[in-house]
Amino acid sequence: MNVRLYVWQRATAALMVPLVAVHVAIIFYATRQDLSAADILARTRGSIVWGAYYGLFVAAVSIHAAIGVRNVLAEWSPLSERHAGRLGLLFGLVLAALGARAVLAVVL
Amino acid sequence: MLLWRIRTLNWNACLWQLSMDARVKPAHDEWNSAWARVDCAQIAASKPLTENRMPEAPTELSVSLWRGGVEGRYETYRVPRRDSQTVLDVVTYVQRHIDPTLSYRFACRVGMCGSCAMTVNGRPRWTCRTHVAKVAGSGRLEIGPLANLPVIKDLATDMAPFFEKWREAKGAFAPSRTRADAIPRIRPDSPARLAADAAVECINCGVCYAACDTVRWNAAYLGPAALNRAWTLINDERDAGNVARLQAVAATGGCHACHSHQSCQEHCPLSLNPTASIAGLKRRTALAYLKGELKP
Repeated sequence: MNVRLYVWQRATAALMVPLVAVHVAIIFYATRQDLSAADILARTRGSIVWGAYYGLFVAAVSIHAAIGVRNVLAEWSPLSERHAGRLGLLFGLVLAALGARAVLAVVL
Repeated sequence: MLLWRIRTLNWNACLWQLSMDARVKPAHDEWNSAWARVDCAQIAASKPLTENRMPEAPTELSVSLWRGGVEGRYETYRVPRRDSQTVLDVVTYVQRHIDPTLSYRFACRVGMCGSCAMTVNGRPRWTCRTHVAKVAGSGRLEIGPLANLPVIKDLATDMAPFFEKWREAKGAFAPSRTRADAIPRIRPDSPARLAADAAVECINCGVCYAACDTVRWNAAYLGPAALNRAWTLINDERDAGNVARLQAVAATGGCHACHSHQSCQEHCPLSLNPTASIAGLKRRTALAYLKGELKP
């Protein structure tokens, strides 16, 4: 791992600390208030705030996990740094696509 | 220059040691004969007899030594147990009294030169300052070459990769002045000097390198000793090579490859903390990258 990947991974980790905390708090709130799927969608549909919040969350997770997977592959598999980087990037893109799909489904 | 001197010291020690196979110096004859006069039975008999005395320490050690190169094997020897005996004493006894073809490396015997590190009962240690009483309570010792380095023969490893990485990390001092300039005044209590002082006593024994998990699985990783050295120079106000040094330690295989397992800190015979030095490098390189001073 070089300094650029290091900074991106640490920065996205720092960003995810408050995002995860709020996300967990939301889960507790939703379950304790017995909110149905319809109740939740009523709050999230058309909301720019929720869209931005979870969009940022998905972006941070995708970058952070992609770098982590790349490092694991580079250190523990016979793959070269370049191939590990490409597979890590592919993993990050898949995560981003799945996450964006989920966010769009509850916001639009 | 310092790197060259250290390598010369190590190799001088190795060559001197190998030459001992053919001719034993008089001083060591005297030392060995004095040692041989101390009989195990005499030691046991000289102890006062009491009804509640502690169990007798073993009078003999079972010592397994690595013999051969990479494809070698452990061979077991019986060595008399002595008071205040070090692991290096044990290895020396085997070579002087049992098998003169045994190869190993040492020089100063007092923990200064960093030549005699070996794997002792599974842990890398400096053997000249490791007492048998501390590591062989059961009377058994298994001594092998340092891990993560190529084995030359028996207990001697090739330290070239270790020092090559030291060089890659720009571990040599880059002077910023000439002899015609005034000597810079460095405050001993300045933060930079305190950081350098905390790491500067490394003797390059290779114990941290042998103990490091990341070195084992990442051939490109510079290792704790080289990065620790880079950190001392980065905090040396007289040094002028920090741009190239930061670039070297920020590249692939540099400080960011460290997983902070802290094995280097755990095993360092001088109780240095290379993990803290590497953490300092991570902070310093990240800051330089954000300022645009580093191009990865």
